[in-house]
Parts: sequence; structure tokens; C-alpha cells
Amino acid sequence: MAKNTLSSRFRKLDIDEFDENKFVDDHDEPVDNQGPDGAEIDNLIRQGDMMTAFHIALRNPPVNTKNPAIKERALAIVLRVLTSFKSSDIEPAVKSLDRSGVDLLMKYIYRGFEKPSDNSSAILLQWHEKAFAVGGLGSIVRVLTARKTV
Amino acid sequence: MSLHQFLLEPITCHAWNRDRTQIAISPNNHEVHIYQKSGNQWVKSHELKEHNGHITGIDWAPKSDRIVTCGADRNAYVWSLKDGVWKPTLVILRINRAATFVKWSPLENKFAVGSGARLISVCYFESDNDWWVSKHIKKPIRSTVLSLDWHPNNVLLAAGSCDFKCRVFSAYIKEVEEKPGPTPWGSKMPFGAVLAEFGGAGGGGWVHSVSFSSSGNRLAWVSHDSTVTVVDGTKGSTPSQLKTEFLPLLSVLFISENSVVAAGHDCCPMLFRCDDGGSLTFVSKLDLPKASITRNISAMERFRNMDKRATTEDRNTALETLHQNSITQVSIYEGDQSDCRKFCTTGIDGAMTIWDFKQNVINDIHWNEMLTRGQHGPQLKTRLSQ
Repeated sequence: MAKNTLSSRFRKLDIDEFDENKFVDDHDEPVDNQGPDGAEIDNLIRQGDMMTAFHIALRNPPVNTKNPAIKERALAIVLRVLTSFKSSDIEPAVKSLDRSGVDLLMKYIYRGFEKPSDNSSAILLQWHEKAFAVGGLGSIVRVLTARKTV
Repeated sequence: MSLHQFLLEPITCHAWNRDRTQIAISPNNHEVHIYQKSGNQWVKSHELKEHNGHITGIDWAPKSDRIVTCGADRNAYVWSLKDGVWKPTLVILRINRAATFVKWSPLENKFAVGSGARLISVCYFESDNDWWVSKHIKKPIRSTVLSLDWHPNNVLLAAGSCDFKCRVFSAYIKEVEEKPGPTPWGSKMPFGAVLAEFGGAGGGGWVHSVSFSSSGNRLAWVSHDSTVTVVDGTKGSTPSQLKTEFLPLLSVLFISENSVVAAGHDCCPMLFRCDDGGSLTFVSKLDLPKASITRNISAMERFRNMDKRATTEDRNTALETLHQNSITQVSIYEGDQSDCRKFCTTGIDGAMTIWDFKQNVINDIHWNEMLTRGQHGPQLKTRLSQ
């Protein structure tokens, strides 16, 4: 056999990275949001002020960073808030959001669906139902087409 | 509204002739069929068979009566009627991927073809050699071009593409036209220059369709993230985007300087209003479903349903809208882009529907609302007072 078939280092090469026509997203907006403040949220949950905790949790979404740790942290905080809600409080909370807020909430809900835990699925489904009533199919489509995810 | 079902195949694209007596459609194959209106029926009069791949775009020039078609076979043909037969002329586009869209310019001396080769081919007729020559607009398009629309000045071209952006290019060809005057979009317009670029950052989906208003000052586009966006060139370059709660829209059209009709995967045309401040609002769906009648099913029907479908209920699977599948194209039927009275939609269900603003049910419900808000300008007000 020819000598050059002995080495299999070429198999570790990702040939798509070298494609000249590879689509690279525009890198703008260097402002990276760090996600909501966990300690503040914990305080509010302990005090029972779910509405404020909800609004703060949805502030500063880490959509621009590529750092998965920041995104995970933000997701965990938001999910903690969402799962601490009583079912009857979900609808007014969703109604208090504007269009982009509903889209952001939908993004978090679908991220929450990715890793279901014991008590999260049921409450997330209720959140999904209320958010869908306001945002419609368009909000779900925007979760699917978003280039910048939470 | 009147619906005509051509065949069961999807209508990929359609184009009307000048007096709307003939329509050219492609039933999702390599051919273009031309139907002639006779009374209330449409009769097939010609079949244009030259392409080797699916037809992706048809445009019929109203004044010169020429048809241009483009297809997945990377070709475009210009068809002229000679002695009652449509004769094709091949256009060398020099693209190595499928063509996706074609549109005649307003003066019909050139046409633009969008393609999957990430470029736009602007073609003009060179009389010395008696053939169509193409020029390419490549930069900075990064993905397939899905849709094109010409500005009324015959030079500017808007393009929506799969790289999530909508751009305005200059397609000025010095061989066929004079230098254009300045426009709100820019004054220096060498061929291929990008005068404006919108979209991308953050959200964004493929831009399915773009449309200039009749004055050319406004540009609207719909994209796959279920949004409609309008930008007014005279008011600076901040686009006004409306995030809809519907499924993505596939085709958009200005029907007056302030109103936009769009239709898509919800199988229903929707009306949007763009006010003078430039902000976009949703007005209404233009296809109001008939109230579904719940009737008592006879015993015979119950048994028949049980036999055929293993169910005893009368479950009607038809959609409530007129179109039973996504609408892929909206075009003007009567009127022009500054004042459209009727428009036409075709879709994947193989149906062609003509929508009439006057007779439309939305008149009753929404017209008063519209008048009090002073929308749509003087034309519609006077028409209603007649």
C-alpha cells in the first residue's frame, strides 16, 4: 500500500471550516449581557414578589455571548423563577410583557423543554400555553429562526 | 373573491398579461401553461416547453408582450409571440446554480434573475449581436437570492436573500439607459453598488419577498421569522418591523402607498398599514372564514364514516380559508401599485383566487374603522362614497 495511507490524521480535519463559501454570521453588538442577577432574584422569590422576579429574570438576556456558561446560568435562573410561579399567576405575568418579551419568554421555555426535570415540564407547558395565546405561531417560529439564542 | 382551481399540482409561479385575459402558470414542472379567459372559464391555449428543470419564475412584460421564464436548469428564456406560437430565445445567465426568481424592469429593456449561485444576473438586449447579455451583481450577497423587485426608476433593484438581508442595488446598465437622477436611496449608482442593506443582526429569517411602493420611496419585505418590515427611504434608514403571530409570509405587495398585502403559510392574505410616520400595523386578514355549520349527521353518514374512516364524527379536514395550502405569490389583478382594486393569489393547492376590495366582507367590519383613522388616502374614501 502507499505510504500516505498509514496516517489517519486527516480524519480529524473539519473540511467545512476551510470552505471559502462558508456562511459566517455578522459579528456586531459587542455589548454582551451577562444575564440576570441570581442573588437579586433569590431575594425576590423568598419575599414572594414573583412578578418583579419575573421581569428581572427576563432582563439582560445573554443573546450575544458565545460563552455557554453564562447562558446556562441565565437559563437556570429563569427556570427557577418560572417553576416557582403559581398556575393562576402565569397569565397576568405573560400579559404584562410586550411583543419582544413574549418572544424572549418563548425562547427560554423551549430551552427549558430541552432538559426536562421532574417538576419542570408541567409548569413549562402551562407557560407555553399562555405565551402561545399571546404570541401565536409567530413567536414559536421566531424561536426556531433566531440566530442568537439564549 | 373568486377561486379557480387549475389542477391539483401546486402553482409555482404565475404572471398576467396586460389586460388580464391570459395567465401563464407553471404547475410545478418543467413547463409553462398559458390559459386564456373565455367567459367564466380558463382554457389552456399554449404550452411552453423548453426548460429542463422546474420553472421557478415567470414574468410577463405588459407593454412589449414578452414572457421571461427562469428555471432550476440554470437557464432563462425570453418568449415572444410569433404567428400565434411562443418562440423562446435562450439567455446566457452564466450561473452555476438554479435560478430562483425573474422580473422585468419597468421599462422592459432589462430583467433581473436571482439565483442560488449567490448572485443576481441583470440581462439586457444587445442589438449588435442580437442576443441577451448578462451582468452579475455578486458582492455582498452571501446566499441564495429569493426575491427581486425593481424601483420605478428602472435602475434600482431590491433583493431579498437567504443570508437574512434585504438590499437595494443599482442595476444601472449604461448601454441601455441614461444616468439616473438622485433618489432617496442614494445618488451615486454605478452598477452593482449596494445603496442600502437591512436585516440580519439578532433575529432574521430568509427574506422571502420584497416590494417597492409605486413611488419607490418605500420598501417592504417579509421574512421567515414571521415578520413584515417596511422602510421609508425618505425618512432615514430605520426600518419598522412588525412581528406577527402568524406563520411566515411568503409574498408581499404594496397596493397603495400606505397599504401592504402579504400572504404565506397561513393560506390567507393579510392587510397591513404603514402610516406616514413609517410605523407598520396589522389591519386584518382578508379571508374571513364562513361560520362553520354544525349539522346533524344522518345515521347513513355515520355508518359510512365508520366504514371509511373508522370514526363516527363529521370531521371536516378542509381549512377554513379559501386556499387549502400555502399561498406562494400575490400579484396585482386590477389597478396598479398606487391604487389596487383587485389582487390575485396562487398557491401550493393549485388554486388561483382573485380578491376584490370592494366586495370584500372586510368592508363592512373594518371600513368604518379605517375611515375614522384616515387611512389609505383619498382614493378609497371617494370610492366608498360612490
